[in-house]
Amino acid sequence: MTGFKNFEFVAGLVLIVLIGGAVALSGLLFPDGGRAMDLTARLTAPFTGWNHPLGTDPLGRDILARVVVGGRVSFFVGIVSALGAVVIGTVVGLLAGYYRGPWDMFLMRFADIQLALPFILLAMTVIAIIGPGLDRIIVLMIVAQWVQYARLIRGSVLSLRQAEFVQAAQSYGLPDRKILFGHILPNAMGPLVILATLNVANNILLESSLTFLGLGIDPLVPSWGGMLADGRNYIQTAPWVTIFPGLAIMLTVLGLNLLGDWLRDRLDPLGATK
Amino acid sequence: MQPARGIAPRAGTSPPEADLPILSFILKRVIQAGFVLVAVTLFVSFAIRLTGDPAVMMLRESANVTPEDLARIREGLGLNRPFLVQYGDFIGGLLTGELGNSFFRGAIAPLISGALGATLLLALTSLAVSLLISVPLGIYAATHRGSFGDQLVRVLSLAGLSFPNFWLGIMLVLIFSVTLRWLPPSGFTGPQSLIMPAVTIGVILTSTNLRIVRTTMLDVLSSQFIMVARAKGLSQTAVIYKHALRNSSIALVTYLGLQFGSLMGGLVVVELVFNWPGMGTLAIEAIAQRDYPILQTVISILAVLIVAVNLLVDLTYMLLDPRIRLE
Repeated sequence: MTGFKNFEFVAGLVLIVLIGGAVALSGLLFPDGGRAMDLTARLTAPFTGWNHPLGTDPLGRDILARVVVGGRVSFFVGIVSALGAVVIGTVVGLLAGYYRGPWDMFLMRFADIQLALPFILLAMTVIAIIGPGLDRIIVLMIVAQWVQYARLIRGSVLSLRQAEFVQAAQSYGLPDRKILFGHILPNAMGPLVILATLNVANNILLESSLTFLGLGIDPLVPSWGGMLADGRNYIQTAPWVTIFPGLAIMLTVLGLNLLGDWLRDRLDPLGATK
Repeated sequence: MQPARGIAPRAGTSPPEADLPILSFILKRVIQAGFVLVAVTLFVSFAIRLTGDPAVMMLRESANVTPEDLARIREGLGLNRPFLVQYGDFIGGLLTGELGNSFFRGAIAPLISGALGATLLLALTSLAVSLLISVPLGIYAATHRGSFGDQLVRVLSLAGLSFPNFWLGIMLVLIFSVTLRWLPPSGFTGPQSLIMPAVTIGVILTSTNLRIVRTTMLDVLSSQFIMVARAKGLSQTAVIYKHALRNSSIALVTYLGLQFGSLMGGLVVVELVFNWPGMGTLAIEAIAQRDYPILQTVISILAVLIVAVNLLVDLTYMLLDPRIRLE
């Protein structure tokens, strides 16, 4: 079992470092931002030459460059929206769990409503009204996900506030703010980190789904979901246009899932995030 | 707050009083579900109103629209009435099945009944596919814990969770329709049209179900009544299928109920890939045409379905496992 756990960690880390590193350096590796069109080499098949190792799309744009540059959107949306949800969810969860009362009522009822409305449907309705865009997707994901963190933190706070070290801190007369952020939060961090890792993975999948549906980010910006939407019409003649961006999504999400799974065993042996 | 709350019932309470916690639990859950439904439908109805004047949208393709035309349409659609009256009408329509008219596609009720049938057919088939794969594999992994096969199952289930479902669908089309020409790429032309969409959703479901089956089986297999069953000399097959599987299936059913919402979300995208004539395709078409009455109805009905399934699972679970009532 430990052998398997090490394998999970190493494989996840290798995937994320390789893909994340290439995406982070995409500005240096592909200064044209994947936009250069080589009209003499449209729909070049992959693995046929060094100019376009993964082939080209119908406009003669290099698939490798677009996959690497397109990763920026995915990583940005995934990480920023998870961070936003973590911050809001943590604050609300701490307050709801520590003070109970109306905060708690509001949080739990809000969570009930969100359970009944799958994110994709919520996003479809809202985006149909306000129009697509990178910022809107991020805001929507934060709105949809902060509740998970709030519930998780609330649960930890409920059990931790009876703990002796918290009661000791209270008897010292420490202000609530210091007790919440200095004593309770550090002890509730493990499950939070795991959930955030898995949520970054999930956000990358959601963003690409929405962009694929035409409800995500601007089609002119290279992105994995957008490339899949473009490639769909060429699936019969040029399947590589669709295969590589999908593989990029899959390997990134797999890497994050492997790391999340490994973290779960390290930080959450009791299974609060299951 | 009553001071007596939380205190165990005194000895000698009569049976009807003993049933009260169950009734109050049921009532609480039903009221909660009703509250959620009102909130969701209010939100959707209100949000749809923000999209602009439906009368203008209906006539946007026609030339020479006069203010009188617009007023007549508003009158006809009942849009000049207060929001809450219109909302009440919409809810009444949902309850009686009179769903009114769309902007461009006539009556909504027949559109919905066709699409809902297609979506449920796909959902149930995918569920069946995933159970057929995940239950035996999960049992295998749990009974061979730590073996190569167990680890393979875990890696496969993590990989399955990492697929963008729509991309998996496109890849199946590439293999089975474009290359091998075995299956129709899209639409609904017969039972064979069901195979690829059901497998696409099924793979994602299988990955999560596998983990649940494996973990709960591991839990159950280490419990005392299994040891007793083994000590009685029951065969391994009887222990696993008669005792362990039955007990771990409670957790699986609950989990499936909780996942119903995200299953519906996943269906929306996969339906589009296969041009499957379900609720997701209907919703996407409604968005493209800005046909908001359809969108409002589709989302409300899906929410009702999800809330109903969750409520049902909660109540069943409570009846099966009395410990839950205490929360």
